[in-house]
Amino acid sequence: MPDPMKIRANHSGDTTEVKVLMNHEMETGQRKDSQGKVIPAWFIQTVTATCNGKTVLSAQWGPAVAKNPFLSFKFKGGAKGDKVQIAWVDNRGEKRMDEATIA
Amino acid sequence: MDPARRQALRTGSGMTLLALVAAAGWLRPEEAAAQAWNKSAFDTKSVDDTVKALGGSAPAQSKDITFVATPDIAENGAVVPVSIVSNVPNTQAIAILIEKNPNTLAAVFDIPAGTDPAISTRVKMAQTSNVYALVKADGKFHVAAKEIKVTLGGCGG
Repeated sequence: MPDPMKIRANHSGDTTEVKVLMNHEMETGQRKDSQGKVIPAWFIQTVTATCNGKTVLSAQWGPAVAKNPFLSFKFKGGAKGDKVQIAWVDNRGEKRMDEATIA
Repeated sequence: MDPARRQALRTGSGMTLLALVAAAGWLRPEEAAAQAWNKSAFDTKSVDDTVKALGGSAPAQSKDITFVATPDIAENGAVVPVSIVSNVPNTQAIAILIEKNPNTLAAVFDIPAGTDPAISTRVKMAQTSNVYALVKADGKFHVAAKEIKVTLGGCGG
């Protein structure tokens, strides 16, 4: 089971700012271990953020996104108390979805 | 074993109606299609090929795309913060391209209506390179570049 994400969502004016910190190795597939064997690539491929059932951001990532990825974005709408869900799927098919309450 | 089910079990009673609704929406076929990972684009090895794989050609240089809070010199190539703001009207997608990485494309963000065309994330860079912000707006492609110097590479051992 992948580790949970840290999500913070703040509403001000008419926009909601979302900051996400994910826990993932984001192995590139370029590195070698001490025996000289290539460490297989392992990285998040797709990320989707939804609020009230509406997709507010979707992303496709390659292995060049840094380890324990950080993501921040803003969207219009949302209100204090609403939930924001972030979900990712990696190249091994592992998934994780977390949600946060807009503050 | 279905990890989503595991998670649902673990989350258990804490699962709100909203989460269930979203989970149901998650499985809609059009959502699934939108989630397909664009392997051919992520396999490309040059900026031109990446633009082509994303469905564009000859992107126009644009002054409406800016890098904010992005360093000129990154001490550690494994963690390079990149923030891109697009002021191009009707921005639909923002992609981050790193010219001298083993694979050029780092990330693509689809910006639905109502979401600000501004994203921040952190990427890995193998070496000093031009970083391109590619923006798709109204079906046209716009690009802006910034050189980031890397003193310690983030790929390879």
